[in-house]
Amino acid sequence: MLGEGIIQGLLETARNFFGSYVDKKRLTTVQYPEERWALPEASRNFPILLYDGPDPDAGLRCVSCQICEKECPPRCIHIVKSKDKKPDFAGKQQFYPAVFDIDVSVCMSCQICVEVCPFDAIRMDKVFELSTTDRFGGLLWDKHELAKSNEYYHTIHPTEAAECDERRAKELADAKAKAAASAAAAAAKAAQAKDPAAAPPPHSTNGSLASTNGAAAPGKSELPKSEVKGTQ
Amino acid sequence: MTGPLLELDSVAGAGEIMEVSMGPHHPSTHGVFRMDVRLEGEKVVRLKPVFGYLHRNHEKIAEHGAYLSAIPYTDRLDYLCSMTNNWGYCLAVEKLAGIAVPERAEYIRVIVAELTRFQNHAGLVGFLLQDMGASGTPLMYAFREREKVLDLFESLSGARMMCNYMRFGGVRVDCTTAWLDEVRRLVPALPRFVDEFENLLRANEILMARTQGTGKLPRDLAINAGVTGPMLRASGVNYDVRKVDKYGIYDRFDFRVPLGDHGDVYDRYMMRILEMRETVKILEQALRDIPGGPIIDPKVRLRGLRPKAGEAYGRIESPKGELGFYLISDGSTNPYRYRVRPPSMINLTILEDMCLGENIADVVITLGSVDIVLGEVDR
Repeated sequence: MLGEGIIQGLLETARNFFGSYVDKKRLTTVQYPEERWALPEASRNFPILLYDGPDPDAGLRCVSCQICEKECPPRCIHIVKSKDKKPDFAGKQQFYPAVFDIDVSVCMSCQICVEVCPFDAIRMDKVFELSTTDRFGGLLWDKHELAKSNEYYHTIHPTEAAECDERRAKELADAKAKAAASAAAAAAKAAQAKDPAAAPPPHSTNGSLASTNGAAAPGKSELPKSEVKGTQ
Repeated sequence: MTGPLLELDSVAGAGEIMEVSMGPHHPSTHGVFRMDVRLEGEKVVRLKPVFGYLHRNHEKIAEHGAYLSAIPYTDRLDYLCSMTNNWGYCLAVEKLAGIAVPERAEYIRVIVAELTRFQNHAGLVGFLLQDMGASGTPLMYAFREREKVLDLFESLSGARMMCNYMRFGGVRVDCTTAWLDEVRRLVPALPRFVDEFENLLRANEILMARTQGTGKLPRDLAINAGVTGPMLRASGVNYDVRKVDKYGIYDRFDFRVPLGDHGDVYDRYMMRILEMRETVKILEQALRDIPGGPIIDPKVRLRGLRPKAGEAYGRIESPKGELGFYLISDGSTNPYRYRVRPPSMINLTILEDMCLGENIADVVITLGSVDIVLGEVDR
């Protein structure tokens, strides 16, 4: 019958129309500014720099290694390395970024900086309402605008942040163990130097130790592993 | 732009010829694309596609960056199907560097690629019907469905469209059990949507009168022009890279390749609907069989990858046709030559032959049925 197809289509539209009165799932519109969806945890928008503790300057994790600057596909990161060093979370002396700028008008939110960062310093934020009337300065964020606390990171990506904290805690423990081991070794050395007679004969015992244990100082053999981290 | 492309007198036996420049901001051109159309009355006597308005130097940018840094740029080729673009590029790099992909990653790739195919076809059919004057309804239905797929992509990869999800040797992040359950909940609902979508207009007499016999692409011409994808299959050529090449793990899935008969706009429209149904079949099988295990080969160096000198061509069946990436390596960290074979551009080159002798209004729907994305055409 001519017109049958049209009627069929109209029935489908009617089913959807009346369906929206009984089935909430058919009401798909979100009244945006008043009503918002929670973003999924994986959601990403623009990079932030993380810091530990209360002070963004002292606790900034970035050590200015400039890997992200090199790997960034649109080259939107600009870093100037510091001349001096400051201690990082494990107490090791590290460089820090004197300048760390991200031009978010160039950034394409690809997350490659996050993937290549070996220090868990750069992460992706979720904020998206970022309109500004100043398209040059207003979209060039310096390190103070980019710095966000670790607590903030926990609020946006909880699972990822927990994993990251765990990894860093392990690193810290390893670093402490290493420091303790090297301190002990130094102490032993000092004792040896003070009292050469008490020290074991250098050749025979050392040789036998190496041959029986396979590796020398057990603390040391673990250390390099904790230092080498997956940067791919 | 330049002056007239054709001399007016060159059309023999013509009455009064009018030259119309459709685009680059014409709403029917799906982006910034222009057609120089010669009309005799309402009949098209010449048509010249003019593109390049969205040229972004994609190939040269990729040649100047590391292998890794090209992946987010491939998202922006065919910006509706970033997952399949990633796959095509990663496949080429994997061939070049001889990288194997773990089982689980292969399955995840198939799942996201088929979801991409589904949402692309749904969107395309929606737009095509919109072009024909079915204002709003089919497009809104299609976008409601597409939205669900994009939500899945966002919770998996972090972005709705610019996913940047695949890596050579696997994928970036593992999918959780909760995510897979979400997909398992969504997939059984998809055939219901296709039914609904089909009921809307498939048998509509106005639509049939408008599309059947319009924009015909004969089988031989389609083959000679290098047309691929649903457009080639609508002309009755059985060619699907998933079947021909069996890249990834496509040889494990049981699915059929729908074929058209007439090669007109109606066939191309139905081809998308039928492919959506086949996609659901593949998804069901992949979701049933997905194994555990690693998602990426841990030995692969993503940063600073240096493949041995050589060349490789990786091709996949993207929703629009055969998407190929050709790479030449000179042993350094960036490709010596990087070339994309964009399906929508090659499908677009045959537009004039499909439109000659048709009415100007049919040019719009013929173009709509080609399924172009200008990001990929112009690169």
